[in-house]
Amino acid sequence: MRVVAAMSGGVDSAVAAARAVAAGHDVTGVHFALSADPAARREGARGCCTLSDARDARRAADVIGIPFYVWDLAERFAEDVIDDFLSEYAAGRTPNPCVRCNERIKFAAVLDRALDLGFDAVCTGHYARLDQRHGIPRLRRAVDAGKDQSYVLAVLDADQLTHTLLPLGDSTKADVRQEAAARGLAVARKPDSHDICFIPDGDTRAWLAQRLGATNGPIVDADTDEVLGEHQGSYGFTIGQRRGLKLTRPASDGRPRYVVGVEPGSNTVFVGGVHRLAADRIRTAEPLWLDPQGAAALEEPQDLWAQIRAHGEPMRVSEVEAGESGLLIRLAEPARAVAAGQTVVLYRGDQVVASATISHSGSMDLPVSGVAPGVPAPPR
Amino acid sequence: MPSHYLDHAATTPVRPEATAAWLAAPGGNASSVHATGRRARRVLEEAREEVADRLSVTASDVVFTSGGTMADNLAVRGIHAARTVADPTRDTIVVSAVEHHAVLDAAAAVPGARVHTLPVDEQGRVNTEHLADVLAAEAGRVSLVSVMSANNEVGTAQPIAEISAVCRSVGVPLHIDAVQSVGWWGAPPAEGVAFSVSGHKFGAPAGIGALVLPAGVPCQPLIVGGGQERKVHSGTLNVAGAAAMAAALAAALDSNLASGEPGTPLPQLRAELEAGVVAAAPEARIVGGGDRLPGVVSAVFDGCEADALLMLLDAAGIECSTGSACTAGIPEPSHVLAAMGADPATARSALRFSLGWTSTRADVEALVDALPEAVARARRASARQSGRRTSRRLSGTAV
Repeated sequence: MRVVAAMSGGVDSAVAAARAVAAGHDVTGVHFALSADPAARREGARGCCTLSDARDARRAADVIGIPFYVWDLAERFAEDVIDDFLSEYAAGRTPNPCVRCNERIKFAAVLDRALDLGFDAVCTGHYARLDQRHGIPRLRRAVDAGKDQSYVLAVLDADQLTHTLLPLGDSTKADVRQEAAARGLAVARKPDSHDICFIPDGDTRAWLAQRLGATNGPIVDADTDEVLGEHQGSYGFTIGQRRGLKLTRPASDGRPRYVVGVEPGSNTVFVGGVHRLAADRIRTAEPLWLDPQGAAALEEPQDLWAQIRAHGEPMRVSEVEAGESGLLIRLAEPARAVAAGQTVVLYRGDQVVASATISHSGSMDLPVSGVAPGVPAPPR
Repeated sequence: MPSHYLDHAATTPVRPEATAAWLAAPGGNASSVHATGRRARRVLEEAREEVADRLSVTASDVVFTSGGTMADNLAVRGIHAARTVADPTRDTIVVSAVEHHAVLDAAAAVPGARVHTLPVDEQGRVNTEHLADVLAAEAGRVSLVSVMSANNEVGTAQPIAEISAVCRSVGVPLHIDAVQSVGWWGAPPAEGVAFSVSGHKFGAPAGIGALVLPAGVPCQPLIVGGGQERKVHSGTLNVAGAAAMAAALAAALDSNLASGEPGTPLPQLRAELEAGVVAAAPEARIVGGGDRLPGVVSAVFDGCEADALLMLLDAAGIECSTGSACTAGIPEPSHVLAAMGADPATARSALRFSLGWTSTRADVEALVDALPEAVARARRASARQSGRRTSRRLSGTAV
C-alpha cells in the first residue's frame, strides 16, 4: 500500500512509520503544520506544531529513509479545533481538543487529502489495536493499558478506520522506546507531553479569558441558591473542579465544594458538595456506531464499559437505552464529574462499540440535567 | 528511479572547473604576512581579478561575501546607513515588489527607514516612469534604489538600463540583486552600480558570493572585525570558495547558454518544456514574459495546490519547486505572483521549473510524462478543500 505516515516529531509516530516500512508499504512521511506561526507553539507540547517537532520529524524520516513533507493544515486546525474549543467553552461545555483534532484533522482532512493524492492509508503512532472482521474494522484497546488511546480514536467511523494503520497497538511504550533507540531514531528519549499544543504557556483559563473576555459573575450554592463569591468568567470552570474557586466562607458542613454546574447564559457557576458530582446516568447526542450491529448488541449489557476521559478509568455499564436523539447510559456505580461536551466511549470488553458526545448527566437523587439547571441541551 | 532535476534556480550542480579550482586552492590565511599567507592571497586576488574581468568591473570593487543574501543585506543596509549618516533626511529605501526576501526583509529590518515599494505589471516588470515620478517627487529622501536584474520565481528581467539611467539622473545609488542572472548574462547593463552575486547559482559550491561595490558608492559594514574586505566586510577570506566561484563564472559565461543536451541551447530546451507542460496540462498557464532568464519557467496550475503537485512530482522523480519562501517547509503564497496581480489561490498554485547546464531533453520528457496524473490528483484534493470552504460559507450565511 501507499501510506502516509503522520509524523509528529515524537517517538511513537517515528516507530510507527518505521514499522510500516518494515511491513513492506511504500511510506511517505508527513508532518502537519497546525500553526501559521510555528515559533509561537509550546516547545515540547503534544503533537504537533513547534519548529523543533518539525525538525525531529524530518530527522526521523531521514533515518527511516522515506520522503518527508510538511502539510499546511493551519487554517483547518484554527477552524475545526481552536475555534471549536473556544465556542464549546463559551457554551459551558468541556471539549477535548485532541479528540477533535483526531476526528477532524488527522483522520478527516489528512485522510481525504491522502486518498485524493493517490495514497491508500494513513499510519499513526496511536496506541490501539485495529484489525478487520468480516470487513468491519475492530478497534480495541492497546496491549499497553497505560498508553491505550482507543478512546481518542473512537470518534472515527468505519470508513476512516478502514484506511488507517496503527502499528503500535501490540507494543508497550517501553518496547517502542527501545525499538526507536535500536533503529537510531534520536527521538527515543523525548519525553511524552500532554499539554494543549495551541496554549503556549499551558494556562488554559488565561488563554480563554484573553479570547472570551473577563466578565464577573456569581458563584452560587446549588443547594441554597446563596451567592458565595465571584468569578471572572464561567468558561474558566469545569464540572468537578475544586481549585480556583477562592470562596471565603466554608460550607456549612465543612466539606469541600466543587463546581457542579456552569450556566454560560447568566455567567453563573454553581458549587456543591461531592454528592452533587455523582452521576449514574449519562445522556448523549447521536452516537457513532463502529459496528452497524452495535445497537442491537447493547441489549445484552454484560461486559459493557463506558469511558469519559482520555486517561479515565472504564466504568461498568448496567443498561443502555438507544433513543431517537441519542443514548441514555446507566452506570453500575455513580461516576464523578461528568461534563457535557466530553466524549463517552462504550466498550464491550476491550473493543470499542460506539462513541458519543455527552449532553446531560445526572443521578438517581437528582434530575438528569444539562450543563446547569435550566440550560437546554446543546445542539450537536 | 532516476531523478530529473528541474530546480537549477535554487542551486545548480557544481561545475567540474569549480571543483578543480577548489581542490587546487592552497591552505593558509590570506591575511597572513608569511609565505603561506601570500600564496593564499595570490589565489584569492587572482580569483577577484577573474570575477572582475568577467563582470567588466574593477577588481577592487569586488567584495567577497558568504553568498547572495549577505551581499544583498550589505548593500541595502550598508548603503542606506552610509547615506543616512551623511544626510539624515534620506530615510527612504525604494525596492520593487518582486524582490527576493534577502532584499525586502533587509529593507524592512532597517530601524526608522521608510520602504517605498514599486508596483510591477502582470509580467513582473517595474514601470520606469513610475520610478522616475517617485524619484522626482522625493529624490532628496531616498537613500538607495534596489531592483533585481531578473526574478527568481518567474524569470522576468527588469529594464535595468532604464532604471539605472533614472537613478543616475537624480544621483541616487542603485543596487541590483543580480544573483539569478550573472551566470547567464554577466554584469547587469548599468555603469557604476552595486550588484550582488551568488556562486552556487552558476556552479560554485554554496558559501561564496560577492557584492560588486564601486568605489563611489558609500557603504557601511554590517559585519565588523578584521576588516578584510576593504573594511566594508570582515571575516577570514574564503580562498577556495573564491577560486571556485571565479572558475565557475568563467565556465558558465563561456558556455554561452549551453544546456546539458548537445546542440540544444537552454532557451530552446525551455521552449520545449513550456510547450510540453501546456500540452500535458492544457489548463496550465505560463507566467512572466518579455526578456526572461533562459532556464526559468513559472507555470500556474489552476485548481491545484502547488505543494501537493510538488510532492506528487517528487514521488515520480521530478524535482522542482514552488519558487517561493518556505517557513518550516510550508509554502507561502508567492509574493511575486501576488504583486503581479494573482489572487491568493493562484499564488498558491504555481510551480517553477528551472533548467541549467546539466539539463537534458530526457528531463523535460520525464516532466511531461508525469504531469497529467499529478495534476489530476492534486486537483481532486484541492477541489474537496475548496468545496468544503464553499459549504462552510453557505452554512455561515444560513445561520
